Amino acid sequence: MRGSRSVKWAALAATVAMAATACGGGSGSGGSSAAGKPEGYVSINVNEPQKPLVPGNTNETQGAYAINSLFTGLVKYTPEGKLENANAESVTSKDSKTWTVKLKKGWKFHNGEDVTSDSYIDAWNWYANIANNQQNSYWFSDIKGYDDVHPEKGKAKKDAMSGLKKVDDHTFTIELTHPVSYFKEKLGYYTWTPLPKGFFKDPKGYGQKPVGNGPYEFEKWTHKKLVQVKAWKGYKGDNKPKNKGVQFKAYSGYEASYQDVLSKNLDISPQVAPKDLAKRKSDFGDRALDEPFAATQQITPAFYSKSFKDVDPKVLQGLSMAIDRKSITKTVLQGSRVPATGFMPEMVKGYQKLDTDIFDYNPSKAKKLIKEGGGVPGNKVAIQFNADGGHKEWVTAVCASIRKATGVECVGDSKPDFQTELDARDAKQVKSFYRGGWVADYPLNVNFLKELFDSKAQANYGGFKDPKIDELFRKGDKATDLDATVKDYQAAERELVKKMPSIPLWDYAANVVHTDAVDNVKIDFRGDVVMTDVTVK
Amino acid sequence: MGRYVARRLLQMIPVFIGSTLLIFCMMYVLPGDPVRALWGEQSADPAQIAALKHQLGLDLPLWHQYWNYLTGLFQGDFGTQIASQRPVADVIAQAFPVTLRLTIFAFVFTVVAGVLLGLIAGLRADKALDRVVLFFTLLLISVPSFVLGFLFQYLFAFKLGWVTPTVQDSEAWGQLLLPAIVLAGLSLAYVTRLTRTSVAENLRADYIRTAVAKGLPHRRVVGVHLLRNSLIPVVTFLGTDVGSLMAGAVVTEGIFNVQGIGNAIFEALNRREGSTVVGIVTLIVIVYLVASLIVDLLYAVLDPRIRYA
Repeated sequence: MRGSRSVKWAALAATVAMAATACGGGSGSGGSSAAGKPEGYVSINVNEPQKPLVPGNTNETQGAYAINSLFTGLVKYTPEGKLENANAESVTSKDSKTWTVKLKKGWKFHNGEDVTSDSYIDAWNWYANIANNQQNSYWFSDIKGYDDVHPEKGKAKKDAMSGLKKVDDHTFTIELTHPVSYFKEKLGYYTWTPLPKGFFKDPKGYGQKPVGNGPYEFEKWTHKKLVQVKAWKGYKGDNKPKNKGVQFKAYSGYEASYQDVLSKNLDISPQVAPKDLAKRKSDFGDRALDEPFAATQQITPAFYSKSFKDVDPKVLQGLSMAIDRKSITKTVLQGSRVPATGFMPEMVKGYQKLDTDIFDYNPSKAKKLIKEGGGVPGNKVAIQFNADGGHKEWVTAVCASIRKATGVECVGDSKPDFQTELDARDAKQVKSFYRGGWVADYPLNVNFLKELFDSKAQANYGGFKDPKIDELFRKGDKATDLDATVKDYQAAERELVKKMPSIPLWDYAANVVHTDAVDNVKIDFRGDVVMTDVTVK
Repeated sequence: MGRYVARRLLQMIPVFIGSTLLIFCMMYVLPGDPVRALWGEQSADPAQIAALKHQLGLDLPLWHQYWNYLTGLFQGDFGTQIASQRPVADVIAQAFPVTLRLTIFAFVFTVVAGVLLGLIAGLRADKALDRVVLFFTLLLISVPSFVLGFLFQYLFAFKLGWVTPTVQDSEAWGQLLLPAIVLAGLSLAYVTRLTRTSVAENLRADYIRTAVAKGLPHRRVVGVHLLRNSLIPVVTFLGTDVGSLMAGAVVTEGIFNVQGIGNAIFEALNRREGSTVVGIVTLIVIVYLVASLIVDLLYAVLDPRIRYA
């Protein structure tokens, strides 16, 4: 009996110990205040930024929200997609190769430090340096001397790019390796923002508590919960915040945030999960917005695959005409997308009405074109997609449409997640189509064409290669004024219709819902809510 | 007794090393490169990818990476996340207390409600009340937890307005009540059925007849003689259930927006954050091991015939 008694105590002790540690763990962090929102702040579902908040490193939507509110660069885009000066007094160039930047005087960082030419030059040199592992470093590759700080192999040879020269505290010049007529358009991306001096001594610390020069100043970042910023009184730009601050709250999905907006525990959900798309209008009325923005969804043939090796473009034109874009966007996608009318959305600068019918649904012509083009080997195509991104529904619908219109068998080729899907693209293992697409870095037609269809472009996973298209791109790149470049690229787009490097399906729209406590919710060209404009009732 | 516990604890070491190795290898063979994926569909920069991999030690052979991980682990270093550059220990330390709370809540609910319902059903076996309980548990077993989650959300948050639809603060006890009940649903049904069968069977046992014949009060017969002997299968189930309650909360955590372990591991898997996945899974393995040790010790408490030397 003695044995059993001691066992009893041991078991009891163990259970008590477990419970005690549990409670101890709880009370330690439970002391922080409940998630309350300060008066006049706007709350929005923006998930935990994936990376530390450094403008040179952030490239995902979540972090971009925070970076855009904390930093302001030389130029910026209005919600309508127009470029205007922000921190810059002027950005000018005669030959599109050497650019002169004049800064507005009196701009400061949140810590009171002046924003000078050095703030920009030092920041850009730091972002570009390979040793600092910044994901946006390739943005600086047009600048002379980039190869010295970011060689293809090995360590950086210098710690500054020779193309950046300071003239005085508020003037500096940027020399590029070749003319880029749309360089000013590129400067609108948030990577080109300045950094205060303190950053370089403690990049890690500043990544957690960023100090910028933007409309908001950093308040706190509670990981996995929220990033909070407050309107900064010293801001000199014209996009001064119309609210007192913003809470970017982390949610595990848009289902949960939808429920919270519905019950008024959250002001804005910048997206709506497929499950709630159908009822968003009845739940929110005119507070459910569908704002088109500069992104496109395409299915792109892999030109090395059995299906499309040496394919006659007519076949692809035929397949394009076999897709009933109007009904699919209306039914399957619940009006959350806009049928494509070209290789880029309408709001992009350089968009043109293409004189073609390849985007129309026309089964008989589709059949005819495919037949003329010699058909598809095996009479079968597949669309590769990642199953974790909500693509399955439309892939199935597109396939059904192709099958019904042309008799070509079409199946979805599902990869478990985005990484695996990317792997297959990188390794050139796509069986026929893959889910292609592009979100604008800057709303210019060049961005939609060059990055995807240039034979040397990194994102040209399908291996599309056409000397005539490349030549037209080169011509546009050489032009020294922006309009000429845009025109050359427009000519290239007209040519692309005949070559069919990809089948555009539809353009994106941001599906936003918000409560009646906030107003003036606008969407920028990237589909993000313009936080500075939101007003609180 | 002490030696038994010591032996069991020592046995955990090879299990620990084995499980980390296994999960480490699994993460390694999974397709999808976490560093490459940081660039997404944008133009990736091969030079930068190589530099980043080198810095993180991801360009080393598998055995070397594992060795680095293990040696780091013994110095209390769980590794660093690839994208966020946060120490994995921080990530775990933040998510674990939340999940622990949720689990304790769900566990207590399972035990109290499950045993009580099972006892009532078992004492009135094959009567109307028993049928009702059986039907109710059948419902819980057959309805997927996300259906239950959305149903509760609709009912309690939107129709009745008692709670907010999601958890506003993962560290507030009261807000975890609803997700805990949803999470406990399935286990509750099993515990109820196990208790019911066991109680109904033991009611016919000789020692119960003896106890009743001795003239013991009804409460004592049921509370001590019957219940204590009927709980062994239930305790076995509960022991393994702790682990699955912790790790299996992904769906429930998603619906109610609880930032716990399930959520963290799901996200880490999605982003191929190897060290985070290994760290969390290892922790869950340890919880399993400790829980099963406690279960074994509890057997002796419940049944005096069981002894450990």
